[in-house]
Amino acid sequence: MLHVVDRKVAYSPVDIAAAESLVVENLSRGNDHPAFSLTVVAGSCVAISGPSGSGKSTLLRLIADLDPGTGTARVGDLKRETIPANQWRRLVTYVAADSGWWTSPVSAHMSDPDAAQHLLAELGMSETLMKATPENISSGERQRLALVRALVQRPRFLLLDEPTSALDPESTLKVEKLLMRVKREGTGLLVVSHDPAQIARIADRRYMLSHAGLAEVTP
Amino acid sequence: MTPINLSVIDLLLAALSLVIASGLSILLTLNIHRSLAIAALRMVAQLLLVGLMLRYVFTISSPAVTLLVLAAMIVAATYEVYSRQQFRFGGWKRFGLGGLPITIATVFVTGLALTTALREAAWLDPQHTIPLLGIILGNVMNGTSLALNAMLTSVQREKRAIEARLSLGDDRYLALGGIRVSATHNGLIPVINQMAGAGIIVLPGIMTGQILAGMDPLDAARYQILLMLLLAGAGTIGVIAATQLCVVAITDERHRLRLDRLTARN
Repeated sequence: MLHVVDRKVAYSPVDIAAAESLVVENLSRGNDHPAFSLTVVAGSCVAISGPSGSGKSTLLRLIADLDPGTGTARVGDLKRETIPANQWRRLVTYVAADSGWWTSPVSAHMSDPDAAQHLLAELGMSETLMKATPENISSGERQRLALVRALVQRPRFLLLDEPTSALDPESTLKVEKLLMRVKREGTGLLVVSHDPAQIARIADRRYMLSHAGLAEVTP
Repeated sequence: MTPINLSVIDLLLAALSLVIASGLSILLTLNIHRSLAIAALRMVAQLLLVGLMLRYVFTISSPAVTLLVLAAMIVAATYEVYSRQQFRFGGWKRFGLGGLPITIATVFVTGLALTTALREAAWLDPQHTIPLLGIILGNVMNGTSLALNAMLTSVQREKRAIEARLSLGDDRYLALGGIRVSATHNGLIPVINQMAGAGIIVLPGIMTGQILAGMDPLDAARYQILLMLLLAGAGTIGVIAATQLCVVAITDERHRLRLDRLTARN
C-alpha cells in the first residue's frame, strides 16, 4: 500500500518486503527496436555499459516511464501501469547525467532540506551550496546535487545515468561510497557507466548493451 | 452632435502624414517607406472590402449569413493563431489547440454581452453581433497566440528541468506549472497594459472613434469600459483554456513530455 504525503511516498514494512525486485520484461521503444529484460533486486546494484548510442539512457527512461514503449515493468507485484505515473517515478526514480533545475536556490528543489544537508556532508560538499543558484555552480556540483535531490525522496530504486561523469576521482569515490550505503539500506541501483573500474567497484551484476540487445556479463 | 462624414479627399489628406513619413524614410535611408506603403494600401483595401461586405450583410440581415460570417471569422482567427507558432503540433491539435480556446472564450463572452448589457440587440443582428464578436475574437486571438508561443518555446528550452520534475514524481501540471504561469502572463500583458493605460496614457480607439462620430464622451467611456471588461474577460478565459489544453497536448496520459509531437516552423 502506498501512502502519498505531499511529494513523498511512505512505505509500510509490508510494502518494502513486497517491493523486493524491479522486474523489467521485454521493454522496448517499439516493434522495430530491441527489447530489454532484467531484474534489479532491492539492495543490489546492477551496472550497464555499452557503446554510445546503444540505448542505455533510453532503457533507463523506458523503465522510469518517461518515454512511451512496449513491455512491462513492475516492483514486486506492483505493475507500473496499475499506479499513476508520478507514483511510479517516486518509487523508481531516474536521474539524468545532466539533470535540469527549475528554480533558485538549490534548496527549493529539495523535498527534505535537512536530509539533503546530511547527504551533502557525506559527499564532502559545502552546505552553502543549498543557497546557491543552480546556474552558478559547477556541473560536477550540480550532478551530485541532482543525486541528493533524488535520494532525499527515498525511492526504492534509483536509475542513475552516468552519475559521476562530471566528477574528479576523489568525488567519484565519495559518490560510490554513498551509493553503497543506500544500497545496503535496501535501495536497488541500476547504474549506467562507461568506467569498467567503477563497475567493478560497485556492481553486483553487469550487463553489456549493444545494438544486438542486452547481455549479462560474468566477471 | 452629428458625425462628420468623411470624403475621399479627407482620407487622402490624412494619408499626407504617411507621405511625409515616407519622405523622411527616403531622406534618412531608413528603408521603411516601402513596407509602410504596402501596409497602408493593404489596410485600405481590407477595410473598404470589409465595409462593403458588412454593408451588404447588414442590409440583408439574415441570421444564416450572419452565422456564416461569424464562423468564417473564427476559422480565420484559428488559422492566424496556428501560423504564429514557432513550434506546431500535428493532427487535430494543429488547429484545435488555438481554435478551441478562442471559440469557447469568444462565443461565451459575446453571448454574455448580448444577454446582459447589450440585451436590447437582437441575437444574430449583424450590426451588433459581428463587430462585437470581431473585437473580442481579435483580442482573444492575440492573447492566445502569444501565450501558446511562449509556452511551446519554453517547453523546448526547459525540457531537462521539466523531465527532472517528472522523474521526481511531479505530475504534468506541477512539472509544467511555472512555464504555464509565465506563458499566461505573456498572453495577458497586452490587455492588462491596455486597461492600465486607458484614458491616462491614451484614449482607446473605440472611444476616440465614437467621440469623433459625435457621441457624448461619458457615453463613449461607458462603451469603452464595457468593451474593455469583455476583452479582458475573454482574453483571460482564452489564455487559461489554451495553456491548459497545451499541458495536455504536450504530455500523454502517463504524464510523459512528448516533444516528438511538435515540429519547428521552417
